[in-house]
Amino acid sequence: MIGSSLLASTLGLLAIDPPGWGAVLLAGLWHSVLIAAGAFALGLAIGILGAYGKLYGGPVTKDLLAIYTTVVRAVPELILILILYFAVTDLVNQILLSLGREKMQISGIAAGIMVLGVVQGAYATEVLRGAILGVPAGQIEAARAMGMSPVLLARRVTLPLMLSLALPGLANLWLIATKDTALLAVVGFAELTQATRQAASTTKAFFTFYAAAGVLYLALSILSTLVFALLERRARRGQRPVQG
Amino acid sequence: MLRELLLPRRLVMLAILAVIILLVAVYGRWAWLGEPKYQALILKGIGNTLLLLVLTMGIGMALAIPLGLAQAAGPWYLAAPARAFCGLIRGTPLLLQLFLLYYGIGSLFPGIPGIRDSFLWPVLRDAWYYAVVGLSLSVAGYEGEIMRGAFRAVPHGQLEAARAMGMPRFTAFRRIWLPQALQRVLPTLGGETVLQLKATPLVAMITVVDIYAVASRVRSETLITYEPLLLLAVTYLAITGAIVALFRWFERRVPQKTA
Repeated sequence: MIGSSLLASTLGLLAIDPPGWGAVLLAGLWHSVLIAAGAFALGLAIGILGAYGKLYGGPVTKDLLAIYTTVVRAVPELILILILYFAVTDLVNQILLSLGREKMQISGIAAGIMVLGVVQGAYATEVLRGAILGVPAGQIEAARAMGMSPVLLARRVTLPLMLSLALPGLANLWLIATKDTALLAVVGFAELTQATRQAASTTKAFFTFYAAAGVLYLALSILSTLVFALLERRARRGQRPVQG
Repeated sequence: MLRELLLPRRLVMLAILAVIILLVAVYGRWAWLGEPKYQALILKGIGNTLLLLVLTMGIGMALAIPLGLAQAAGPWYLAAPARAFCGLIRGTPLLLQLFLLYYGIGSLFPGIPGIRDSFLWPVLRDAWYYAVVGLSLSVAGYEGEIMRGAFRAVPHGQLEAARAMGMPRFTAFRRIWLPQALQRVLPTLGGETVLQLKATPLVAMITVVDIYAVASRVRSETLITYEPLLLLAVTYLAITGAIVALFRWFERRVPQKTA
């Protein structure tokens, strides 16, 4: 096979030390994980606020949130990333200029987290809204009857109880976040896909590098699936197992 | 539907939206929309995006049926590769899959002696076919997983009854198992088609000219940042709306049994 002999001769390029590009790929993977984690956390924060707004907010809040989740889920992530990336950097610089400060270069990681976080937030809003609706109404009513404040009620009753319902959806969102970081390659940010593209076009060993990056992404997703399975088991502790 | 839009707060929101659209239309730079060169490109781009969507959903679903069946009821030597394939597709970014196909595997072909003279060369050189293959495999991976659940969810009694009537296995599959599994999948199919639509702009990264690639070209030739992107967002919103409406209409035509 021509492919396999070509592959064997280029495997040395994956070495960690400098003639090899292994360190570049691993740094890219680290950036991807960092952005995905930041975006996931930001998305969760937006999602919790959004879910509460959709369930308990006034009519205008509900309408605005409906527009947010519908538009974000209907427009391709690639285009949202471009629009948000330029809009956010422009906006920050406009504010800085109006305050009489110098323009600044926004770091790729911060921009990536913000942009993907806004996208994740829309999906998280829907996931968490469904999960909160799944909490037995009696539990929340009982807590209210005990005179718990809304924040305490959310912290002690609603959020822990909805966690087991929300985790499968959140696991999906995390996997989407890790894969969506690849889209930041379009704005030239050095996450795993962009690092791979650079390495591949420098060395001309396209197949080797793209396959190696695929293995890294796959390892990340398998590891994440395992971690979320453990988390779900912990969140479901004390629940009666369903008799099949 | 209309009455819901006429509530006072929604009228205010609609008015704000109208003002924003007006401001964008008046103050935005839209002169490029008048050029025939770009008009032709935009139409071609939208056509390519829609063709890619329909083609890859069709091929992908056709591949997803055997993938789902192998996982739901196949022997281990069919179930294991099918499961591995679905895991592979779902575990890696589509952009990387497209790069691997077009630049990775595509770069291995010229090494095969004599291939440049063969009839296959125009196909192997054209990014369009790589895009179709990549997007179809992606649909197959995600839908294969959904079809697995759908095949499993068909009640056992239905298949046992078919066998008891002496129906050959393939006939039972064609008449009982597959239609009931597809009926279960139908409500999710609209959402999956929207997801697939949102995946299509990635093919622009391997030089296929879809509507996203056209907008990128406008942006780089005219140095306008936002307007082409806004047009893109509106275009995708409109296509998404059309897909949702189409599937809603289709679902109403298919009889649903509700318990």
